[in-house]
Amino acid sequence: MRNTLAIARRELGGYFATPVAWVFLVIFLALQGVLTFNLGRFFDRGQADLMPFFQFIPWVFLLLVPAITMRLWADERRLGTIEMLLTLPITRTQAVLGKFLAAWAFCAIALLLTFPFVITVNALGRPDNGVIASGYLGCLLVAGAFLSVGAALSAATKNQVIAFVLAVAVCFLFAASAYPMVTDFLSQNLPALGAVARRLSVVSRFESFTRGIIEARDLVYFASFIGFWLFVNTLVVAHRSAA
Amino acid sequence: MSALIEIAGLSKRFGSFTAVDDVSFSVAKGEVLGFLGPNGAGKSTTMKMLAGFVTPTAGTARIGGNDVLEAPVAAKRLLGYLPEGAPTYPDMTVIDFLRFVARIRGLRGGEAADRIAHAIDLTTLATVRLQPIETLSKGFKRRVGLAQALMHDPPVLVLDEPTDGLDPNQKHEVRGLIAQMAPEKAIVISTHILEEVDAVCSRAIIIAAGRVVIDATPAELEMRHPSGRLEEVFRAMTLPAAA
Repeated sequence: MRNTLAIARRELGGYFATPVAWVFLVIFLALQGVLTFNLGRFFDRGQADLMPFFQFIPWVFLLLVPAITMRLWADERRLGTIEMLLTLPITRTQAVLGKFLAAWAFCAIALLLTFPFVITVNALGRPDNGVIASGYLGCLLVAGAFLSVGAALSAATKNQVIAFVLAVAVCFLFAASAYPMVTDFLSQNLPALGAVARRLSVVSRFESFTRGIIEARDLVYFASFIGFWLFVNTLVVAHRSAA
Repeated sequence: MSALIEIAGLSKRFGSFTAVDDVSFSVAKGEVLGFLGPNGAGKSTTMKMLAGFVTPTAGTARIGGNDVLEAPVAAKRLLGYLPEGAPTYPDMTVIDFLRFVARIRGLRGGEAADRIAHAIDLTTLATVRLQPIETLSKGFKRRVGLAQALMHDPPVLVLDEPTDGLDPNQKHEVRGLIAQMAPEKAIVISTHILEEVDAVCSRAIIIAAGRVVIDATPAELEMRHPSGRLEEVFRAMTLPAAA
Protein backbone atom coordinates (compact mmCIF):
# COMPACT_ATOMS: atom_id res chain seq x y z
CA MET A 1 0.00 0.00 0.00
CA ARG A 2 2.82 2.39 0.92
CA ASN A 3 4.56 1.69 -2.38
CA THR A 4 1.34 2.02 -4.34
CA LEU A 5 0.71 5.43 -2.79
CA ALA A 6 4.31 6.55 -3.38
CA ILE A 7 3.92 5.71 -7.07
CA ALA A 8 0.47 7.30 -7.27
CA ARG A 9 1.81 10.46 -5.65
CA ARG A 10 4.72 10.71 -8.08
CA GLU A 11 2.44 10.11 -11.06
CA LEU A 12 -0.11 12.68 -10.00
CA GLY A 13 2.66 15.23 -9.40
CA GLY A 14 3.90 14.39 -12.90
CA TYR A 15 0.59 15.42 -14.47
CA PHE A 16 0.86 18.88 -13.00
CA ALA A 17 4.59 19.25 -13.74
CA THR A 18 3.77 19.52 -17.44
CA PRO A 19 1.00 21.41 -19.28
CA VAL A 20 -0.80 18.07 -19.84
CA ALA A 21 -2.96 18.42 -16.73
CA TRP A 22 -3.95 22.03 -17.41
CA VAL A 23 -4.73 21.44 -21.07
CA PHE A 24 -6.82 18.42 -20.13
CA LEU A 25 -8.77 20.25 -17.43
CA VAL A 26 -9.48 23.29 -19.58
CA ILE A 27 -10.57 21.26 -22.60
CA PHE A 28 -12.68 18.93 -20.46
CA LEU A 29 -14.49 21.77 -18.74
CA ALA A 30 -14.95 23.79 -21.94
CA LEU A 31 -16.24 20.77 -23.83
CA GLN A 32 -18.66 19.79 -21.07
CA GLY A 33 -19.86 23.39 -20.87
CA VAL A 34 -20.54 23.69 -24.58
CA LEU A 35 -22.19 20.28 -24.79
CA THR A 36 -24.38 20.80 -21.73
CA PHE A 37 -25.54 24.33 -22.45
CA ASN A 38 -25.77 24.31 -26.24
CA LEU A 39 -26.30 20.77 -27.44
CA GLY A 40 -27.96 19.62 -24.21
CA ARG A 41 -30.25 22.70 -24.06
CA PHE A 42 -29.72 22.95 -20.32
CA PHE A 43 -31.80 26.14 -19.95
CA ASP A 44 -34.53 25.48 -22.51
CA ARG A 45 -35.48 22.14 -20.98
CA GLY A 46 -36.81 23.90 -17.91
CA GLN A 47 -35.90 20.97 -15.65
CA ALA A 48 -33.76 21.21 -12.56
CA ASP A 49 -31.42 18.30 -13.13
CA LEU A 50 -28.02 17.57 -14.66
CA MET A 51 -29.18 15.11 -17.32
CA PRO A 52 -27.75 17.18 -20.21
CA PHE A 53 -24.44 17.26 -18.35
CA PHE A 54 -24.32 13.52 -17.62
CA GLN A 55 -25.49 12.35 -21.03
CA PHE A 56 -22.32 13.60 -22.73
CA ILE A 57 -19.81 12.54 -20.07
CA PRO A 58 -19.13 9.00 -21.37
CA TRP A 59 -18.42 10.35 -24.87
CA VAL A 60 -16.16 13.11 -23.63
CA PHE A 61 -14.33 10.58 -21.47
CA LEU A 62 -14.11 8.22 -24.42
CA LEU A 63 -11.96 10.80 -26.16
CA LEU A 64 -10.09 12.35 -23.23
CA VAL A 65 -9.38 9.41 -20.92
CA PRO A 66 -7.20 7.58 -23.49
CA ALA A 67 -5.24 10.85 -23.75
CA ILE A 68 -4.34 10.43 -20.08
CA THR A 69 -3.59 6.73 -20.24
CA MET A 70 -1.65 6.67 -23.52
CA ARG A 71 1.53 7.80 -21.85
CA LEU A 72 1.06 5.79 -18.65
CA TRP A 73 3.27 2.85 -19.63
CA ALA A 74 4.21 3.70 -23.22
CA ASP A 75 6.20 6.73 -22.14
CA GLU A 76 7.86 4.83 -19.33
CA ARG A 77 8.99 2.25 -21.87
CA ARG A 78 10.17 4.84 -24.38
CA LEU A 79 12.23 6.68 -21.76
CA GLY A 80 13.57 3.42 -20.32
CA THR A 81 12.43 4.46 -16.84
CA ILE A 82 10.35 1.30 -16.63
CA GLU A 83 13.60 -0.56 -15.97
CA MET A 84 14.37 1.74 -13.05
CA LEU A 85 10.80 1.52 -11.73
CA LEU A 86 10.53 -2.27 -11.92
CA THR A 87 13.93 -2.86 -10.32
CA LEU A 88 12.89 -0.91 -7.23
CA PRO A 89 11.60 -3.15 -4.42
CA ILE A 90 7.95 -3.08 -5.53
CA THR A 91 5.67 -5.66 -7.09
CA ARG A 92 4.21 -5.21 -10.57
CA THR A 93 0.74 -5.07 -9.06
CA GLN A 94 1.78 -2.12 -6.91
CA ALA A 95 3.12 -0.30 -9.96
CA VAL A 96 -0.06 -1.02 -11.96
CA LEU A 97 -2.32 0.06 -9.08
CA GLY A 98 -0.29 3.18 -8.32
CA LYS A 99 -0.47 4.42 -11.89
CA PHE A 100 -4.16 3.63 -12.15
CA LEU A 101 -5.03 5.35 -8.86
CA ALA A 102 -3.15 8.49 -9.87
CA ALA A 103 -5.00 8.67 -13.18
CA TRP A 104 -8.30 8.03 -11.40
CA ALA A 105 -7.61 10.73 -8.82
CA PHE A 106 -6.86 13.09 -11.69
CA CYS A 107 -10.25 12.32 -13.28
CA ALA A 108 -11.86 12.89 -9.89
CA ILE A 109 -10.23 16.32 -9.76
CA ALA A 110 -11.59 17.09 -13.24
CA LEU A 111 -15.08 16.04 -12.11
CA LEU A 112 -14.83 18.10 -8.91
CA LEU A 113 -14.06 21.15 -11.02
CA THR A 114 -17.46 20.82 -12.68
CA PHE A 115 -19.04 22.07 -9.40
CA PRO A 116 -20.37 25.27 -11.07
CA PHE A 117 -22.93 23.09 -12.89
CA VAL A 118 -24.24 21.85 -9.56
CA ILE A 119 -24.35 25.38 -8.17
CA THR A 120 -26.14 26.68 -11.28
CA VAL A 121 -28.82 24.03 -11.22
CA ASN A 122 -29.37 24.59 -7.49
CA ALA A 123 -29.64 28.34 -7.99
CA LEU A 124 -32.21 27.93 -10.74
CA GLY A 125 -34.44 25.33 -9.18
CA ARG A 126 -34.71 22.55 -6.63
CA PRO A 127 -32.95 19.53 -8.13
CA ASP A 128 -32.70 16.16 -6.44
CA ASN A 129 -29.12 16.38 -5.24
CA GLY A 130 -29.12 12.68 -4.39
CA VAL A 131 -29.61 11.88 -8.08
CA ILE A 132 -26.82 14.30 -8.95
CA ALA A 133 -24.47 12.61 -6.45
CA SER A 134 -25.35 9.21 -7.87
CA GLY A 135 -24.68 10.55 -11.38
CA TYR A 136 -21.26 11.78 -10.32
CA LEU A 137 -20.48 8.37 -8.83
CA GLY A 138 -21.41 6.89 -12.22
CA CYS A 139 -19.08 9.38 -13.96
CA LEU A 140 -16.21 8.33 -11.72
CA LEU A 141 -16.87 4.65 -12.44
CA VAL A 142 -17.01 5.22 -16.19
CA ALA A 143 -13.71 7.12 -15.96
CA GLY A 144 -12.22 4.22 -13.96
CA ALA A 145 -13.44 1.67 -16.50
CA PHE A 146 -11.98 3.58 -19.46
CA LEU A 147 -8.76 4.26 -17.56
CA SER A 148 -8.25 0.58 -16.82
CA VAL A 149 -8.68 -0.28 -20.52
CA GLY A 150 -6.33 2.51 -21.61
CA ALA A 151 -3.67 1.64 -19.04
CA ALA A 152 -3.56 -2.02 -20.08
CA LEU A 153 -3.26 -1.09 -23.77
CA SER A 154 -0.58 1.49 -23.02
CA ALA A 155 1.53 -1.28 -21.45
CA ALA A 156 1.42 -3.20 -24.72
CA THR A 157 3.25 -0.61 -26.81
CA LYS A 158 5.90 2.07 -26.55
CA ASN A 159 4.10 4.21 -29.11
CA GLN A 160 1.69 6.67 -27.53
CA VAL A 161 -0.36 7.18 -30.70
CA ILE A 162 -1.01 3.45 -31.00
CA ALA A 163 -1.92 3.32 -27.31
CA PHE A 164 -4.39 6.19 -27.79
CA VAL A 165 -6.09 4.82 -30.89
CA LEU A 166 -6.41 1.30 -29.46
CA ALA A 167 -7.84 2.63 -26.21
CA VAL A 168 -10.43 4.79 -27.98
CA ALA A 169 -11.44 1.82 -30.15
CA VAL A 170 -11.83 -0.65 -27.27
CA CYS A 171 -13.58 1.89 -25.03
CA PHE A 172 -15.93 2.68 -27.92
CA LEU A 173 -16.87 -1.01 -28.17
CA PHE A 174 -17.83 -1.07 -24.49
CA ALA A 175 -19.58 2.30 -24.70
CA ALA A 176 -21.61 1.71 -27.86
CA SER A 177 -22.59 -1.90 -27.31
CA ALA A 178 -26.02 -0.98 -25.88
CA TYR A 179 -26.99 1.31 -28.75
CA PRO A 180 -29.71 0.15 -31.19
CA MET A 181 -27.22 0.43 -34.06
CA VAL A 182 -25.15 -2.33 -32.47
CA THR A 183 -27.84 -4.37 -30.75
CA ASP A 184 -30.13 -4.44 -33.82
CA PHE A 185 -27.28 -5.64 -35.95
CA LEU A 186 -26.36 -8.30 -33.41
CA SER A 187 -29.91 -9.52 -32.74
CA GLN A 188 -30.49 -9.93 -36.46
CA ASN A 189 -27.24 -11.68 -37.19
CA LEU A 190 -25.91 -13.10 -33.93
CA PRO A 191 -28.85 -13.19 -31.49
CA ALA A 192 -26.78 -14.85 -28.80
CA LEU A 193 -24.37 -11.94 -28.68
CA GLY A 194 -27.07 -9.26 -28.57
CA ALA A 195 -27.90 -9.83 -24.92
CA VAL A 196 -24.26 -10.13 -23.95
CA ALA A 197 -23.41 -6.85 -25.66
CA ARG A 198 -26.20 -5.05 -23.84
CA ARG A 199 -24.98 -6.42 -20.54
CA LEU A 200 -21.37 -5.42 -21.15
CA SER A 201 -22.22 -1.85 -22.06
CA VAL A 202 -20.60 0.76 -19.84
CA VAL A 203 -23.06 3.41 -20.97
CA SER A 204 -26.30 1.58 -20.12
CA ARG A 205 -24.93 0.86 -16.62
CA PHE A 206 -24.00 4.50 -16.32
CA GLU A 207 -27.48 5.62 -17.28
CA SER A 208 -29.05 3.98 -14.24
CA PHE A 209 -26.63 5.95 -12.03
CA THR A 210 -27.76 9.20 -13.69
CA ARG A 211 -31.36 8.31 -12.84
CA GLY A 212 -30.33 7.95 -9.22
CA ILE A 213 -30.36 4.16 -9.19
CA ILE A 214 -27.33 2.59 -7.55
CA GLU A 215 -27.59 -1.17 -7.85
CA ALA A 216 -25.23 -3.70 -6.38
CA ARG A 217 -24.93 -5.54 -9.69
CA ASP A 218 -23.82 -2.35 -11.44
CA LEU A 219 -21.19 -1.73 -8.76
CA VAL A 220 -20.04 -5.32 -9.11
CA TYR A 221 -19.93 -4.86 -12.88
CA PHE A 222 -17.66 -1.82 -12.67
CA ALA A 223 -15.46 -3.40 -9.99
CA SER A 224 -14.99 -6.55 -12.07
CA PHE A 225 -14.46 -4.55 -15.26
CA ILE A 226 -11.71 -2.45 -13.69
CA GLY A 227 -10.25 -5.45 -11.86
CA PHE A 228 -10.12 -7.48 -15.05
CA TRP A 229 -8.30 -4.80 -17.04
CA LEU A 230 -5.84 -4.10 -14.23
CA PHE A 231 -5.10 -7.81 -14.11
CA VAL A 232 -4.53 -7.77 -17.89
CA ASN A 233 -2.26 -4.76 -17.34
CA THR A 234 -0.11 -6.72 -14.84
CA LEU A 235 0.08 -9.68 -17.22
CA VAL A 236 1.17 -7.47 -20.12
CA VAL A 237 3.88 -5.84 -18.01
CA ALA A 238 5.10 -9.27 -16.86
CA HIS A 239 4.94 -10.72 -20.36
CA ARG A 240 7.05 -7.92 -21.80
CA SER A 241 9.87 -8.67 -19.37
CA ALA A 242 9.82 -12.34 -20.35
CA ALA A 243 9.78 -11.70 -24.11
CA MET B 1 25.83 -16.94 2.51
CA SER B 2 29.33 -16.52 1.14
CA ALA B 3 28.60 -14.79 -2.15
CA LEU B 4 26.15 -11.89 -2.34
CA ILE B 5 25.58 -12.40 -6.05
CA GLU B 6 25.17 -15.93 -7.39
CA ILE B 7 24.38 -16.52 -11.05
CA ALA B 8 24.04 -20.09 -12.30
CA GLY B 9 23.45 -21.25 -15.86
CA LEU B 10 21.75 -17.99 -16.84
CA SER B 11 20.53 -17.93 -20.46
CA LYS B 12 18.34 -15.62 -22.47
CA ARG B 13 17.01 -16.33 -25.93
CA PHE B 14 15.05 -13.83 -28.02
CA GLY B 15 13.38 -16.02 -30.63
CA SER B 16 16.21 -17.95 -32.26
CA PHE B 17 18.87 -15.47 -31.11
CA THR B 18 20.77 -16.39 -27.96
CA ALA B 19 21.78 -13.19 -26.18
CA VAL B 20 23.16 -14.83 -23.05
CA ASP B 21 24.31 -18.42 -23.06
CA ASP B 22 24.82 -20.36 -19.83
CA VAL B 23 26.55 -17.64 -17.81
CA SER B 24 27.60 -18.52 -14.26
CA PHE B 25 29.59 -16.53 -11.74
CA SER B 26 29.40 -15.28 -8.18
CA VAL B 27 30.57 -12.14 -6.47
CA ALA B 28 31.43 -11.95 -2.76
CA LYS B 29 31.50 -8.96 -0.45
CA GLY B 30 34.62 -6.87 -1.07
CA GLU B 31 34.86 -7.81 -4.73
CA VAL B 32 34.47 -5.45 -7.68
CA LEU B 33 33.71 -7.42 -10.80
CA GLY B 34 34.39 -5.76 -14.15
CA PHE B 35 32.03 -6.99 -16.83
CA LEU B 36 33.66 -6.57 -20.24
CA GLY B 37 32.69 -7.41 -23.76
CA PRO B 38 31.94 -5.96 -27.17
CA ASN B 39 28.61 -4.24 -27.83
CA GLY B 40 25.84 -6.81 -28.09
CA ALA B 41 27.81 -9.47 -26.21
CA GLY B 42 25.08 -9.81 -23.58
CA LYS B 43 26.46 -7.64 -20.76
CA SER B 44 23.37 -5.51 -20.30
CA THR B 45 20.99 -8.44 -20.73
CA THR B 46 22.84 -10.35 -18.00
CA MET B 47 22.62 -7.32 -15.70
CA LYS B 48 18.93 -6.84 -16.48
CA MET B 49 18.29 -10.47 -15.54
CA LEU B 50 20.29 -10.08 -12.33
CA ALA B 51 18.25 -6.98 -11.46
CA GLY B 52 15.01 -8.87 -12.10
CA PHE B 53 13.88 -6.75 -15.04
CA VAL B 54 14.28 -9.36 -17.77
CA THR B 55 13.07 -12.89 -17.08
CA PRO B 56 15.73 -15.47 -17.98
CA THR B 57 14.96 -18.33 -20.37
CA ALA B 58 16.95 -20.65 -18.10
CA GLY B 59 19.11 -20.49 -15.00
CA THR B 60 18.89 -18.61 -11.73
CA ALA B 61 20.17 -15.37 -10.26
CA ARG B 62 20.32 -14.77 -6.50
CA ILE B 63 21.04 -11.62 -4.55
CA GLY B 64 21.93 -12.22 -0.89
CA GLY B 65 20.42 -15.69 -1.22
CA ASN B 66 17.10 -14.40 -2.63
CA ASP B 67 16.13 -15.72 -6.04
CA VAL B 68 15.25 -12.72 -8.19
CA LEU B 69 12.25 -14.56 -9.65
CA GLU B 70 10.92 -16.23 -6.51
CA ALA B 71 11.62 -13.47 -3.98
CA PRO B 72 11.95 -10.41 -6.20
CA VAL B 73 11.13 -7.76 -3.62
CA ALA B 74 13.58 -9.15 -1.03
CA ALA B 75 16.30 -9.38 -3.70
CA LYS B 76 15.66 -5.84 -4.93
CA ARG B 77 15.85 -4.42 -1.41
CA LEU B 78 19.49 -5.48 -1.26
CA LEU B 79 20.26 -4.12 -4.70
CA GLY B 80 21.31 -0.74 -6.02
CA TYR B 81 20.94 -0.82 -9.79
CA LEU B 82 21.98 1.68 -12.42
CA PRO B 83 20.29 0.63 -15.68
CA GLU B 84 21.92 1.15 -19.06
CA GLY B 85 21.67 4.81 -20.03
CA ALA B 86 20.71 5.82 -16.46
CA PRO B 87 17.01 6.46 -17.17
CA THR B 88 15.27 8.90 -14.80
CA TYR B 89 12.02 10.88 -15.01
CA PRO B 90 12.86 14.02 -17.05
CA ASP B 91 10.05 16.19 -15.66
CA MET B 92 11.08 15.74 -12.04
CA THR B 93 13.66 17.81 -10.20
CA VAL B 94 16.68 15.94 -8.84
CA ILE B 95 15.50 16.29 -5.25
CA ASP B 96 11.91 15.22 -6.01
CA PHE B 97 13.16 12.18 -7.88
CA LEU B 98 15.44 11.16 -5.01
CA ARG B 99 12.60 11.72 -2.52
CA PHE B 100 10.39 9.41 -4.58
CA VAL B 101 13.06 6.69 -4.57
CA ALA B 102 13.59 7.18 -0.81
CA ARG B 103 9.86 6.74 -0.20
CA ILE B 104 9.81 3.50 -2.22
CA ARG B 105 12.90 2.34 -0.33
CA GLY B 106 10.91 2.78 2.89
CA LEU B 107 13.03 5.66 4.18
CA ARG B 108 11.12 8.18 6.27
CA GLY B 109 11.53 11.66 7.75
CA GLY B 110 14.97 12.46 9.13
CA GLU B 111 16.52 9.25 7.89
CA ALA B 112 15.30 9.89 4.34
CA ALA B 113 16.64 13.46 4.45
CA ASP B 114 20.02 12.21 5.70
CA ARG B 115 20.30 9.48 3.08
CA ILE B 116 19.29 11.84 0.27
CA ALA B 117 21.78 14.47 1.44
CA HIS B 118 24.49 11.82 1.65
CA ALA B 119 23.72 10.49 -1.85
CA ILE B 120 23.74 14.04 -3.26
CA ASP B 121 27.04 14.64 -1.53
CA LEU B 122 28.65 11.42 -2.84
CA THR B 123 27.64 12.19 -6.42
CA THR B 124 28.24 16.00 -6.13
CA LEU B 125 24.73 16.94 -7.24
CA ALA B 126 24.23 19.75 -4.72
CA THR B 127 24.37 22.54 -7.32
CA VAL B 128 21.58 21.06 -9.46
CA ARG B 129 19.31 19.56 -6.83
CA LEU B 130 16.38 21.86 -7.66
CA GLN B 131 16.68 21.57 -11.44
CA PRO B 132 14.41 19.41 -13.59
CA ILE B 133 16.42 16.39 -14.69
CA GLU B 134 15.74 17.06 -18.40
CA THR B 135 17.73 20.32 -18.17
CA LEU B 136 20.86 18.55 -16.93
CA SER B 137 23.93 17.51 -18.92
CA LYS B 138 24.60 13.85 -19.65
CA GLY B 139 27.15 13.61 -16.85
CA PHE B 140 24.74 14.99 -14.26
CA LYS B 141 21.96 12.66 -15.44
CA ARG B 142 24.26 9.70 -15.00
CA ARG B 143 25.10 10.86 -11.49
CA VAL B 144 21.39 11.20 -10.64
CA GLY B 145 21.04 7.54 -11.64
CA LEU B 146 24.02 6.70 -9.48
CA ALA B 147 22.63 8.64 -6.50
CA GLN B 148 19.38 6.67 -6.85
CA ALA B 149 21.33 3.38 -6.79
CA LEU B 150 23.48 4.32 -3.78
CA MET B 151 20.90 6.02 -1.60
CA HIS B 152 19.90 3.08 0.60
CA ASP B 153 23.53 1.93 1.03
CA PRO B 154 22.80 -1.48 -0.54
CA PRO B 155 25.13 -4.46 -0.03
CA VAL B 156 24.97 -5.22 -3.77
CA LEU B 157 25.59 -2.71 -6.55
CA VAL B 158 25.03 -3.46 -10.22
CA LEU B 159 26.11 -0.54 -12.39
CA ASP B 160 25.70 -0.68 -16.15
CA GLU B 161 28.35 1.64 -17.62
CA PRO B 162 28.53 4.01 -14.65
CA THR B 163 31.16 6.27 -16.22
CA ASP B 164 29.71 6.49 -19.73
CA GLY B 165 29.25 10.12 -20.75
CA LEU B 166 31.28 11.52 -17.88
CA ASP B 167 34.27 13.81 -18.42
CA PRO B 168 37.70 12.59 -17.25
CA ASN B 169 37.42 14.34 -13.87
CA GLN B 170 33.99 12.88 -13.21
CA LYS B 171 35.20 9.43 -14.26
CA HIS B 172 37.99 9.75 -11.76
CA GLU B 173 35.52 10.72 -9.04
CA VAL B 174 33.15 7.84 -9.77
CA ARG B 175 36.03 5.34 -9.77
CA GLY B 176 37.18 6.79 -6.44
CA LEU B 177 33.65 6.37 -5.12
CA ILE B 178 33.48 2.73 -6.24
CA ALA B 179 36.92 1.96 -4.77
CA GLN B 180 35.88 3.59 -1.50
CA MET B 181 32.66 1.50 -1.24
CA ALA B 182 34.29 -1.73 -2.43
CA PRO B 183 35.28 -3.28 0.93
CA GLU B 184 31.67 -3.21 2.18
CA LYS B 185 29.82 -4.37 -0.92
CA ALA B 186 29.65 -6.76 -3.81
CA ILE B 187 29.85 -4.65 -6.96
CA VAL B 188 29.41 -5.47 -10.65
CA ILE B 189 30.22 -2.79 -13.21
CA SER B 190 30.08 -3.11 -16.96
CA THR B 191 32.40 -0.97 -18.98
CA HIS B 192 34.05 -0.44 -22.34
CA ILE B 193 36.97 1.33 -20.77
CA LEU B 194 39.70 -1.17 -20.13
CA GLU B 195 41.79 1.09 -17.92
CA GLU B 196 38.82 1.14 -15.58
CA VAL B 197 39.34 -2.55 -14.94
CA ASP B 198 42.88 -1.91 -13.76
CA ALA B 199 41.76 1.08 -11.73
CA VAL B 200 38.87 -0.37 -9.74
CA CYS B 201 38.20 -4.04 -10.41
CA SER B 202 39.46 -6.92 -8.35
CA ARG B 203 38.21 -9.37 -10.97
CA ALA B 204 37.16 -9.25 -14.60
CA ILE B 205 34.87 -11.31 -16.78
CA ILE B 206 35.01 -11.04 -20.54
CA ILE B 207 31.82 -12.04 -22.29
CA ALA B 208 31.56 -12.57 -26.04
CA ALA B 209 28.54 -13.77 -28.02
CA GLY B 210 26.69 -14.42 -24.77
CA ARG B 211 29.34 -16.68 -23.25
CA VAL B 212 31.89 -16.10 -20.52
CA VAL B 213 35.27 -16.46 -22.21
CA ILE B 214 37.44 -15.63 -19.22
CA ASP B 215 37.00 -14.98 -15.49
CA ALA B 216 40.25 -13.81 -13.85
CA THR B 217 41.99 -11.01 -11.97
CA PRO B 218 43.18 -8.05 -14.06
CA ALA B 219 46.80 -9.13 -13.50
CA GLU B 220 46.08 -12.65 -14.76
CA LEU B 221 44.29 -11.21 -17.76
CA GLU B 222 47.27 -9.11 -18.74
CA MET B 223 49.47 -12.20 -18.75
CA ARG B 224 47.24 -13.78 -21.39
CA HIS B 225 48.92 -11.77 -24.12
CA PRO B 226 52.66 -11.30 -24.72
CA SER B 227 52.27 -7.54 -24.84
CA GLY B 228 50.79 -7.54 -21.33
CA ARG B 229 48.17 -5.03 -22.47
CA LEU B 230 44.50 -5.54 -21.61
CA GLU B 231 43.47 -4.12 -24.95
CA GLU B 232 45.29 -6.90 -26.80
CA VAL B 233 43.83 -9.54 -24.49
CA PHE B 234 40.34 -8.14 -25.10
CA ARG B 235 40.84 -8.25 -28.88
CA ALA B 236 42.21 -11.76 -28.80
CA MET B 237 39.36 -13.00 -26.61
CA THR B 238 36.45 -11.36 -28.40
CA LEU B 239 37.35 -11.34 -32.10
CA PRO B 240 36.47 -14.77 -33.51
CA ALA B 241 39.08 -14.46 -36.29
CA ALA B 242 41.87 -13.69 -33.86
CA ALA B 243 41.01 -16.46 -31.42
